[in-house]
Amino acid sequence: MRWVRYLGVAFDSIAAHKLRSALTMLGIIIGVAAVLLTIGIGSGAAASITERIESSGANLITISAGGSRGLGSTSTLTLADAEALADRSLFPEIVAVAPQYSSNATVIYGNREGSYTIVGATDNYVQVRNLQVENGDFLNAEQVEKNESVVVLGATVASDLFGADNPIGQNVRIGGHLFRVIGVLKASGGAGFGSSDSQLFVPIGAAQKRLFNAGRSNGSDVVTQISVQGVNREALQGLQLQIERILRLRHRLDANSENDFMIQNQADLLELAGDVSATLTALLGGIGAVSLVVGGIGIMNIMLVSVTERTGEIGLRRALGAHDRDILLQFLMEALVLCGLGGLIGVGLSFAAAVGLQFFPTATFRIVIEPWSVGLALSVSTASGFLFGLYPALRAMQLDPIEALRYE
Amino acid sequence: MRMHSSGPESNAPVIELQNVTKIYQMGRVQVHALRGVSLIIERGEYVAIIGASGSGKSTLMNIIGLLDRPTSGAYRLNGVDVAQLGKGRLADVRNREIGFVFQRFHLLPRTTAQRQVELPLFYAGVRGKVAKRRALDALMQVRLGERVDHRPDELSGGQQQRVAIARALVMRPSILLADEPTGALDSQTGREVLALFRELNEAGITVIVVTHDQGVASQAQRIVALRDGAIISDAPSRTISSTQFASASGDAAHHRFQEVGV
Repeated sequence: MRWVRYLGVAFDSIAAHKLRSALTMLGIIIGVAAVLLTIGIGSGAAASITERIESSGANLITISAGGSRGLGSTSTLTLADAEALADRSLFPEIVAVAPQYSSNATVIYGNREGSYTIVGATDNYVQVRNLQVENGDFLNAEQVEKNESVVVLGATVASDLFGADNPIGQNVRIGGHLFRVIGVLKASGGAGFGSSDSQLFVPIGAAQKRLFNAGRSNGSDVVTQISVQGVNREALQGLQLQIERILRLRHRLDANSENDFMIQNQADLLELAGDVSATLTALLGGIGAVSLVVGGIGIMNIMLVSVTERTGEIGLRRALGAHDRDILLQFLMEALVLCGLGGLIGVGLSFAAAVGLQFFPTATFRIVIEPWSVGLALSVSTASGFLFGLYPALRAMQLDPIEALRYE
Repeated sequence: MRMHSSGPESNAPVIELQNVTKIYQMGRVQVHALRGVSLIIERGEYVAIIGASGSGKSTLMNIIGLLDRPTSGAYRLNGVDVAQLGKGRLADVRNREIGFVFQRFHLLPRTTAQRQVELPLFYAGVRGKVAKRRALDALMQVRLGERVDHRPDELSGGQQQRVAIARALVMRPSILLADEPTGALDSQTGREVLALFRELNEAGITVIVVTHDQGVASQAQRIVALRDGAIISDAPSRTISSTQFASASGDAAHHRFQEVGV
């Protein structure tokens, strides 16, 4: 290809003006790095939100007691509902159903006490909610069946009450009742309300009857939440509709009544998070793109100066037999090489920043550099090299060789 | 259509100007830079074009060098009427038939002698080993064979001008067209460059030197003097006295000529 031989000319000229070339490229370097890093931070945030949502259990649908009017209304969600959902012949796409009854209570060990969320759970809760046991065991089927007075502590609870001591085998007092500690969970890292770190887990029957005196509805003990695990993410949407229909039937709601429960699936949540981060990414990427355009204008500025400064050279090249296209391609190629090199350096710096950030354990965010964003940044920088290099190149081409030779 | 000495027009003069005029429009004023110049230069001649500044010698040089077109009149180069040629063809003819040497050398900064000389070959589409070898041959011809990797700032003025001459020779043109080739050199290196021109002319190259320096002009076999855009004398150099020269090229040149002490 004809233009390839102008690459050499362009590199010669860039090498002959190292400082100026570096300063010119700086605009593009910063522009490309800005695009990649802002998109990278957006992607990193999206990835960590997704991770956090998924860490609370995979392919999860949660049904909470109480309608959309608020939490205060009397609960109609029951253990019988959970048992109905667990029927594999009716719902082959449901892998597991974990009902729970949660409420707050004061927990005392020795002279320490605190108010925590007590989760009455079944043995499969650990699997459905993707919890990791650090020490000891989670509740087993027999303990749940017999409503034994045993408890599993969240990581924060364990360190609050026991400090460095081993809690296994010790008794804690929950709402006046003694429970024997059989296990401690690994810290989940999740912060704030609803994190398993600040919860205690007891057999569901013990919570309902002994601790909280839960009511009954339709002849079955009420629960506060049912977690349903689907076979895969694609199944969740359909499952949610099926569950909603069966619960409305079981709760005898007519067509005009609102749900007396709230149903939420993880796929929707992930989608929402994805939408938010996509908007954020587009916004940040747009700001980055503006700086790329500014970099391109910098290229045009320098190329115009360069054309003026090298008028003599252009005249000489004309005298030696350069055609219009020779001059045009020389300067265009120079702008393209500046932008291309600047783009590559920008990509390199962005990857270095992304990798470097991993060595800071205190960093609360990650940078994930997407291959498509590299492609985008490089093509935008090359396009701006072409666009902003074209005018100076045309100016160079149109110089009168006599005037150009006289110029010194 | 490659113009070369072996072509069918090999008997035609290298340069044939017929009643060439050039008028520049400077704002509302018309400047008659050339007022009907007719000139024939045969193959192998060594011609000096002299005249004071404003005499039209630069314009004449630009027209001969195909950097500018006449307003009227005909210009045949190797028998071909160049008025018929388009911009691109003119570039090709400049590339192949005319070797330019400038007063201020016009070398590219920070570029080795070898690369400077390869430049016309680049525009002719000659590349790679062939280009390297031809550039080296041209540098050997001007006796710069050991300085091929030097950049302009590592070369003396005389050496720089010799690089420029090698660059002008590398396409084996029919004309070497030099504009004040010794103007930026001291008298010693100026004499060296002139000796090189003589040598090249003896080897068969047509040399045209535009100058206002009699020391330079006297090296030529023939001196064409211009004043106010017209030829006032055209004669073998040995028949022109220094007084005649002074009146042709103006007082400034005369003083310079006396300083040099030729």
